[in-house]
Amino acid sequence: MAEAPTVSYAPTEELDLIRSTARQYLDDQFDSETVREFMMSDDGFDRSAWKELAGMGWLGLLVGEAHGGAGLSPTEMGVLMEEMGRSVMPGPFFASAVLATCLINEVAEDGEAADLLESLASGEIIGTVAAYETPRGWNLDDVATAATGDARVSGKKRYVLDAHMADLILVLADTGGGVGLYAVSPGDRGVTVEQVPALDPTRRIGKVRLDNVSARRIGSGDSTDAIERAIALGSALLANEQVGGCAAAMEMSVDYAKTRYQFGRPIGSYQSIKHRCANMLLKLEHAKSAAYHAVRVTDDEIEFSIAAPLAASVASEAYTWVAGENIQVHGGIGFTWEHDAHLYLKRAKASSLTLGSPQFQRHLLGEALEI
Amino acid sequence: MSQADEARVDALVDELISEHPPQGTDNVEFWGAQYDKGLAWVWHPEGFGGLGLARKYQRRINSAIENAGGTTENRYLNLLGIAMGAGVLDAHATDEQKTRWLRPMFTTEEIWCQLFSEPGAGSDVAGLSSRAVRDGDEWVVNGQKVWTTLAHISKWGMVVTRTDAEAPKHHGLTYFIVDMEAEGVDVRPLYQITGEAEFNEVFFNDVRIPDANRIDAVGAGWRVALTTLMNERVAIGGNTVPRSSGQIGQALEVWKSSNSNDAVLRDQLLHLWAETEAARLTANRANEMASAGIPGPEGSTGKLAWANLNKEIAAFTVDMMGLEGTTYPDGYELTRPESFERHGPQKSFLRTRANSIEGGTSEIMLNILGERVLGLPGEPRVDKDLPWSEVPRG
Ligand SMILES: Cc1cc2nc3c(=O)[nH]c(=O)nc-3n(C[C@H](O)[C@H](O)[C@H](O)COP(=O)(O)OP(=O)(O)OC[C@H]3O[C@@H](n4cnc5c(N)ncnc54)[C@H](O)[C@@H]3O)c2cc1C
Repeated sequence: MAEAPTVSYAPTEELDLIRSTARQYLDDQFDSETVREFMMSDDGFDRSAWKELAGMGWLGLLVGEAHGGAGLSPTEMGVLMEEMGRSVMPGPFFASAVLATCLINEVAEDGEAADLLESLASGEIIGTVAAYETPRGWNLDDVATAATGDARVSGKKRYVLDAHMADLILVLADTGGGVGLYAVSPGDRGVTVEQVPALDPTRRIGKVRLDNVSARRIGSGDSTDAIERAIALGSALLANEQVGGCAAAMEMSVDYAKTRYQFGRPIGSYQSIKHRCANMLLKLEHAKSAAYHAVRVTDDEIEFSIAAPLAASVASEAYTWVAGENIQVHGGIGFTWEHDAHLYLKRAKASSLTLGSPQFQRHLLGEALEI
Repeated sequence: MSQADEARVDALVDELISEHPPQGTDNVEFWGAQYDKGLAWVWHPEGFGGLGLARKYQRRINSAIENAGGTTENRYLNLLGIAMGAGVLDAHATDEQKTRWLRPMFTTEEIWCQLFSEPGAGSDVAGLSSRAVRDGDEWVVNGQKVWTTLAHISKWGMVVTRTDAEAPKHHGLTYFIVDMEAEGVDVRPLYQITGEAEFNEVFFNDVRIPDANRIDAVGAGWRVALTTLMNERVAIGGNTVPRSSGQIGQALEVWKSSNSNDAVLRDQLLHLWAETEAARLTANRANEMASAGIPGPEGSTGKLAWANLNKEIAAFTVDMMGLEGTTYPDGYELTRPESFERHGPQKSFLRTRANSIEGGTSEIMLNILGERVLGLPGEPRVDKDLPWSEVPRG
């Protein structure tokens, strides 16, 4: 088993700047009222907000400079995701600027699909990934959607993030010799997209039906390893988002425990509440460590194969626990629609299943550790 | 003795069923006849829906009615009235009051709600601040209640008010039954994390309540409130339920339909099944002891156990569903349900979060177990003997 490498987690000036810029912008532009407007709207987001994100340079953070992006690393993106998690940022940012972008970055060969990366970075298009077909089909072996040699793709994809808003759908399909990546657009002949009501209404999902669609292949041969790596990057970044949500939920509890009085005392003076808040901190700090570690070791193949599922498992469980207990600390008010606690609970639960349940992530971990 | 009672009950049930065959009879009419024969709350005195017999006969009556095709769903339609209000009236009300309220409560012609919690007083409900001031034969009430389940369809509300702000908090309370249609009662929906509004906020603006609607003495409100809460917790935690029903039943359905053979999920499911079964057997044991008049600690654990289990099982069920668990088939259209229906797993995941809050939080239930059942010393209390008006409120 590989020795764990030593990594520095101290924030650099650059990371601090990304964090403070993001915090300010999100507090301003995505306060709870705005998040709720998007949450209750048909699409869950809109194009003008998308253009603004492009203007911030965020959509191309992971796109190379040659293609109009910022060419930054997962570490920087991790900070941005964490801040977005705090705000329960709605819309297809994760689907497009993280998942779709990582897939193309990992799978495309020598300058291939440069046009797509450029359009993703500029915000001209929204991308997403159609990966899964069955409720627990996180394993790429489960991909049944089939592609022919001339890139005609047929199958039924489900749980596709923000499919209804996407201009570019990256389909994982079985080539007969491993999984390949295929680009389609919703307007192509044979493609039907349908939004499905989501547990987390700030991040939508949909069904994508592909009926002998003439697609554009990205990459060649068996792309399974590259696709797995892209999804692992997505998991590591999603873990950073979960850390942000987890921190915000904990802070809500702590603030409330200090100001809510029952029996003539602040409820935070009761050990039952105080210790729960302290346990929230414990889980949050662990999730942070795992998530920060994962985005810093992406270039170390062996370590990353351990660190990504570790982060996904630890952060998912921390966030779902903290978001649930946050409701308990608030009592009745925490169970209401008007209070923000439920936004975090829904995001926590849904995101813990999006790219593989904690149990599935530990299965990956076991493989990486050869246990 | 007990055989004679059994025979008497059985004869009355037979009579009820033959005079009012459940299939051909309107529910309200059937429940009315059931009440008149003393088969509604069999332990109540004769004339008030009972026969003055032991509680245990009620189960016999209910199953006989259900076997004959009758329904006992009035218990769900008017949950707060039948499970809690009836017990309060039985223990504290005058005969006139019982005569006025019990029958239409049982027939569900009049729905009841419980107006205890306030924005500033939840766990510490005795700290509430809605004021009632006497004015001749009436009381004038001002204040705000919150989380009032089903207030929007209720005719009557059980309300606790403060009638003396200078007494220590438990001693300055008085209990009334308020007409929810009276002038000055304003009911507004409060939506829950599921998108539904089972509960409400209720505002009282100079609402006049006749003194005839006062339950028990002026200043005795806390005693009556405790009866209400005891009945509530028994109603939530003390039910005898069939094996593999409720939340664990739903988990079993999801497991079966998934055709999974995942050993980890199977073990987690069986772990939760075992915990549920132990809680179920505990409720059965507690019920038997209670009808024999020997209440023990097993009677106090039910609400806590069901709250924990419901939450854990519902969350696990969504996990079992994997990505399907990230859908929400009903959508979040803000709606107002009229009764308590069964939810799909995703909605259950959200709804069960309230199980450890409603009817007394799990923290408070643990305090009760620790202090009242185990006799452990209480936490420091700053508010108990202070005049209510001097208690710190943050
Ligand atoms: C779905 C639902 C339906 C309801 N229906 C009704 C109804 O019909 N009628 C009605 O009157 N009320 C109703 N309630 C209200 C319910 O009884 C209260 O929410 C509950 O008693 C808690 O009060 P609170 O919400 O003010 O929380 P708080 O009392 O403010 O509690 C906040 C947190 O502090 C903890 N806490 C408080 N005191 C202590 C202590 N001493 N030691 C340790 N921890 C403590 C609590 O456990 C909780 O975790 C309902 C609530 C819900 C969620």
